[in-house]
Amino acid sequence: MVIKRKEFLQVGSLATASFMLPKFLKAFEKPMMVPPGNKVVVVIQLSGGNDGLNTVIPVRNDIYYRERPKLGIEKDKALLLTDEVGLNPALTGFKELFDDGSLAIMNSVGYPNPDRSHFRSMDIWQSASASSEYVYTGWLGRYLDAQCKGCDKPTQAMEMDDVLSMALKGEESKGLAFKDPKRLFNSAAGKYFKDLGNDHQKGEETIDYLYKTMSETLSSAEYIYQQSKAHPSSETYPGTELGKDLKTIASLIFSDINTKVYYVSLGSFDTHVNQDNQQKRLFTELNDAVKAFSADLKKNNRFQDVMVMTFSEFGRRVSQNASGGTDHGTANNMFFVSGGLKEKGVLNAMPDLNDLTDGDLKHKVDFKNVYATVLNKWLGADDKSILGKQFEYLNFI
Amino acid sequence: MAVSNRLKNQHLLWRSAFGPMAENAADLDNISQKKLWELLLKTSAKRPEKIEVAQNLVDGLMKGIKDVVDLQKKELSADQKKQMQQQSREDLKTLNIRWLEEMINSEAQLREKMSLFWHGHFSTRVINSYFQQELLQVIRGNALGSFKDLLKEVSKSPSMIQFLNNQQNRKQHPNENFAREVMELFTLGRGNYTENDIKEGARAFTGWGFNLQGEFVFRKNQHDDGKKTFLGKTGNFDGDDIINILLEQKQTARFITKKIYKYFVNDTVDDAKVEWLSDRFYKNDYDIKKLLEDIYLSDWFYDEKNIGSRIKSPVELLAGIRRLLPMEMQNDQAQLLFQRTLGQILFYPPNVAGWPGGKNWIDSSSLMLRLRIPQIITANEAVDIRPKTDDDTAMGQMMDANLKKMQDAVKGGTATIEWAAVNKIFEKVPRENLLQKISATVLQTKSQVSIQVLDKYLNNESRENYIKSAVVNLMSTPEYQLC
Repeated sequence: MVIKRKEFLQVGSLATASFMLPKFLKAFEKPMMVPPGNKVVVVIQLSGGNDGLNTVIPVRNDIYYRERPKLGIEKDKALLLTDEVGLNPALTGFKELFDDGSLAIMNSVGYPNPDRSHFRSMDIWQSASASSEYVYTGWLGRYLDAQCKGCDKPTQAMEMDDVLSMALKGEESKGLAFKDPKRLFNSAAGKYFKDLGNDHQKGEETIDYLYKTMSETLSSAEYIYQQSKAHPSSETYPGTELGKDLKTIASLIFSDINTKVYYVSLGSFDTHVNQDNQQKRLFTELNDAVKAFSADLKKNNRFQDVMVMTFSEFGRRVSQNASGGTDHGTANNMFFVSGGLKEKGVLNAMPDLNDLTDGDLKHKVDFKNVYATVLNKWLGADDKSILGKQFEYLNFI
Repeated sequence: MAVSNRLKNQHLLWRSAFGPMAENAADLDNISQKKLWELLLKTSAKRPEKIEVAQNLVDGLMKGIKDVVDLQKKELSADQKKQMQQQSREDLKTLNIRWLEEMINSEAQLREKMSLFWHGHFSTRVINSYFQQELLQVIRGNALGSFKDLLKEVSKSPSMIQFLNNQQNRKQHPNENFAREVMELFTLGRGNYTENDIKEGARAFTGWGFNLQGEFVFRKNQHDDGKKTFLGKTGNFDGDDIINILLEQKQTARFITKKIYKYFVNDTVDDAKVEWLSDRFYKNDYDIKKLLEDIYLSDWFYDEKNIGSRIKSPVELLAGIRRLLPMEMQNDQAQLLFQRTLGQILFYPPNVAGWPGGKNWIDSSSLMLRLRIPQIITANEAVDIRPKTDDDTAMGQMMDANLKKMQDAVKGGTATIEWAAVNKIFEKVPRENLLQKISATVLQTKSQVSIQVLDKYLNNESRENYIKSAVVNLMSTPEYQLC
């Protein structure tokens, strides 16, 4: 068997990292290597409820302009994708991706009996549960549970944040949340915790669980830091928070790390007042970061293997409110960006503004169908066991 | 390993209260569990004083002093509504901090701990500080009394009625939300009723609502007074009848007892013990105090397997640290920041089912912060953690400013600790036993932190410094997360 350089390196770096593991954990250890070319998902959560109708604009719809006399974006300002559909003017990079065949837009994504509380609706999206159920694990966490039985480092799913989202919490495995991995293992406290971990003897289940989480977090932090420095991206990214995060993610994708899911949030899109400026500011951050990221991936021949997807906990009401903003609504659109999409462009019909429920959009696609598609067709995972039910697949990948 | 008398007493204090406090930690070697339990009962006997925080606008509006006429006509402007919500959010922070202070400093430890349990059991997430303040008082007042009274009063509280949409439950348009949850989460548990029971129950609760003054009202004209069949019984039931039928079910006693057992004794349930306890709970007419006495005066509660096996909730963790290390907090922001980043903000449960607890508290980021908190508090270390934005509590643009305020506040130093009180706990302990004694006071687990490792990190300059560094280091361990 010919060992490719990349795979060899991977074994090498994992082996080095394993020296850092405390001895009581050694039993858990098992090489979990993903060959280069593996598919990666980058989820960008647009927190606060992004206004989908001013994101993907129905430029020939009279109802849209009637309901939004002040906020409606005129046809000649929008970035036209088709005769009927325009993008928000701040999303120039997404327009280029569209022209390039690397963008897919799914309209009217939501779920039955929508909830208008940010927190609750975000929980429903992150846990992939019905709005009548209370589930405390996330869809990506359960993906980890399915993938990561017995692996030594839960680096398969990673959030660029100080606090881990429920989306990445499984029953057994939980993703990692890091803003700055170096800060964690490089501090004096980090050394103390490492010493504690090395000294711990196997004992009762709960205490072992705590020690395992602590030691894995420390060794993963060090491992991730090293990996992010191994093949640093040379591309220029915007200096924004999201820009920096996507640059770190790109560097990790170019390294040998086995991470398949990255998670990052941008917000707040809760535009009750003065929507135009706020959405523009956030979209500019999103646009510039994703543009740099896709260019970087293309240059390094990884754009085929990486998919960025965006979502928000809900869209906003069709009518503008009296404060230059919009209030909490229901269904919304999602973006998919990748060089490896099977179907591109605007995937389904624009929302039907004649057919509303109390002034809100009706959902046509359940977000769980999107998750099932991503899990099964992109990540090669058992979506049925992760989502607890078989959801029909969509065709965009 | 024999379980020492001190460990047993600390076990009782951690489970039925918020852990030992500096003032009496030294005395835990000799007192009996029975005596300690009697003390706990005695100090919680009084009805608690209400924590009142709802301010100006909210209070005024709710009490009908001001603007109620406008509200009735729905003429409250968008700005006024927003202002009221903002005030409510600020009030809820005050309510949070003041209740946390009670958990730490009140002598009614048993009552406040039990109230925290009920706060998670009857969880509501509504941004109305007046409603929340009133519900908290219902819970604290009945925490050790009869579960029957507690259930009835909670069910009629505006906070619950609003959260579970009973205000919208009308004869013509029944809303099943409350009827469903009262069975699934508050009394019977899943699998002990049918969808039809939910429908019929919802009809009985039609007309239960609240008025502008935040008082329960029965709106007769919205009530469906027809015949209903509920859990096998038929009659022209109203909401009170439904609750009485639920309380007649032995299953309700079983469901509540099991939850209490899992919370206060062990997450792994011993069916025979739960059956025995719930029999007595039912026969004792749902007397909560007697149920707790059955648990805390039993021998098995002090079995090794039940000690040090529970993961402290963030609020228990914070309260526990502050009880053993008496301190003056420089500001309240730090405590709110910790609650938020660790996943338990009082009055903001994730949903009606409350906080799931156990391993759910723990992930890479929350555990590392938990391990660092003693250091952050005692050394006034800067907090470089940023919590997630929460659009329900702070709308859009205000968020950044709020966050910065929170972080800056923490940076500026969090607490002044009264180390003299801590030193006093150990004043009679000879130097050679000191570390052992500190460890036995701070930790509840069988798993012990190695002396060799600790030695490397302890400050030997003086006895005071030694004690201080030992306590902080022992609190910064996985073991300390358990009680």
